[in-house]
Amino acid sequence: MSDKATLALLTGAPSSGDGPQWLATVRRTAVEHAERAGLPGVRTEAWKFTNLNALKALEPVAPRGTAEIARPASFGGLDAAELHLSNGTLTRADALPHGVEMVSLAGPDDAPGWVAETLGRIADTDQHPFTAINTGAFAGGVALRIARGATVERPILLLVDTQGVEGAAVATHPRVLVVVEDGAMADLVEVHTGSGAYVNNAVTELVIGKDARLGHYKLQAESGEAFHIAMTAALCADSSTYDNFALSTGGRLARNEIRATLDGRHIEYRINGGYLACGDQHMDTATFIDHAKPDCASHELYKGVLADRAHGVFQGKILVRPDAQKTDGYQMNRALLLSREAEINSKPELEIYADDVKCSHGATVGELEDDQLFYLMARGISKERARAMLVAAYVDEAIDHIQREPIRDAFRAAAADWMQRHIAGAPAEGGV
Amino acid sequence: MALLEIENLHAEIDGKPILKGIDLSIEAGQVHAIMGPNGSGKSTLSYVLAGRDGYEVTEGSIRLDGQDLLEMEADERAVAGVFLAMQYPVELPGVTGMTFLREAVNARRKAAGEDEIDAMGFLKMVRAKAKTLGVTDEMLKRAVNVGFSGGEKKRNEILQMAVLEPKFCVLDETDSGLDIDALKVVSEGVNALRSAGRSMLVITHYQRLLNHIEPDVIHVLAHGRIQKTGGKELALELEQNGYADYVEAAA
Repeated sequence: MSDKATLALLTGAPSSGDGPQWLATVRRTAVEHAERAGLPGVRTEAWKFTNLNALKALEPVAPRGTAEIARPASFGGLDAAELHLSNGTLTRADALPHGVEMVSLAGPDDAPGWVAETLGRIADTDQHPFTAINTGAFAGGVALRIARGATVERPILLLVDTQGVEGAAVATHPRVLVVVEDGAMADLVEVHTGSGAYVNNAVTELVIGKDARLGHYKLQAESGEAFHIAMTAALCADSSTYDNFALSTGGRLARNEIRATLDGRHIEYRINGGYLACGDQHMDTATFIDHAKPDCASHELYKGVLADRAHGVFQGKILVRPDAQKTDGYQMNRALLLSREAEINSKPELEIYADDVKCSHGATVGELEDDQLFYLMARGISKERARAMLVAAYVDEAIDHIQREPIRDAFRAAAADWMQRHIAGAPAEGGV
Repeated sequence: MALLEIENLHAEIDGKPILKGIDLSIEAGQVHAIMGPNGSGKSTLSYVLAGRDGYEVTEGSIRLDGQDLLEMEADERAVAGVFLAMQYPVELPGVTGMTFLREAVNARRKAAGEDEIDAMGFLKMVRAKAKTLGVTDEMLKRAVNVGFSGGEKKRNEILQMAVLEPKFCVLDETDSGLDIDALKVVSEGVNALRSAGRSMLVITHYQRLLNHIEPDVIHVLAHGRIQKTGGKELALELEQNGYADYVEAAA
């Protein structure tokens, strides 16, 4: 039952007959999945809190050309090698650090084996219609391989920018693949920005090898008219560390889904983040942690701030399979509502089939505490400033979990920037 | 005129009268103590002085240096020189001690039309004052009061008082939750801040604190009114006889 909206998003997709055989097969299957499923409605459990009618009403067109991309000011001080994806096309690639190999995914006719073997194999298309659409329709993107044992100190900063066109919504489907080989270490920072109306339907696939470490940090700061639909899918091997952080501030409607399979023992998975929304923004975070093997730990803390009529959604699921004894899982979503009209739907979920595990989850919703406000005011700090300090401190607790200090500072600045624009009395960056 | 003048102060919470006509004046440089049984209105008086929301003043006036405090919000009173050392200092996750102090000092400077304080000089000044109160650098870097012991929280209150240099300090049950060693450190900190231009109101249930911080005047508060005023001998009398006389007197 292919619906009109799915077909519209697939418009301009490369014909499945193009490109190498492996890719044609992947694309054909994905398009079949996309057309069979159609775009999800609110009766689909995974989307029950996020109504896509506004997106479905669009008749998106292909983007026109490319544009220069500038970093957000908050990330200005971060020393990093930059990759630019403008309207889905790779437009700039700095010299990458030693040990990093890059392949453009625009018509990867002669893609190396590591791309052919992994692209489309990590992010499932059967159950995830937007991922299926991306897989069927992506026209560009990057694949990165961090060579076995390489320690890459300088972060790789991927700037994904989309420019809307007058009178229509643009749709892009940027695709990213990162393979971190055994014993390698790297940090990838994704920043999503844009202007005007568009749909950014992004998919990032990650393979993290044995004893490898990937820091993966994402700032979603899309335009206020944008739809941001993103899937991150990670497959982690023995004794690897995956440090994930996502901060969402942009978009009219944003959905950030992160799925990780802990397919080895002694994996440390850190998945933290924040969402800051105001006006009529809708911000949906969905995370799925698959504890497939024993002895792994996952730590998840999300902090949300919702002002005006903003609507936040958090759905976090932890699956502990029968084999995954000694799993240590922690999940917490905390939301701060700054107005009576703001709303949060929180759905934490544990599904445990092993008997020797330590798992906890929780969700809280609150307002700023009167006794904290009074304490600050009783020291001479104005009510406005006191509120702003408490809001900044609230989000900072999640940002604090980013393992790399320069990157942590950049995200702190990004959050401070949001505070300054949307919370009266907010201190300048570094003020808290 | 006295530094602090309270006249015929009536206040209520949720329509329930708590303070029923308090008259109190404290000269500059003086330390007064208010003692009283539980439920007498001691903490209410401290919150009303500091300007906490939820306490409605229905009658009377409070003047600091001639300024009408009841016309001011809590932050304005603090800037004008009021300091309340809390009975239960509040935890501020994510706000470090140093940031908290710097924001508080800069709020005062801003109100006085001065530039923000020089960061290095400020750090040095705070560290020196912290040292005498046994507040470590590590405590200043941590979130305010988070994971602090009872004694650490109270020492932290006195440090704030030392840094902010208020004109008028209210110490609300500063002795609660302190062992004898902590009580000594806190009292020495308070005594070091006694000066000719600064007044203090020490609120306590027990006479013990007043052995360490010796007041010039003692008032007994019961049923929302000051029942008796006297010198140090009043504390000893209360220690011997308890509050029974006052509790019964107005019952």
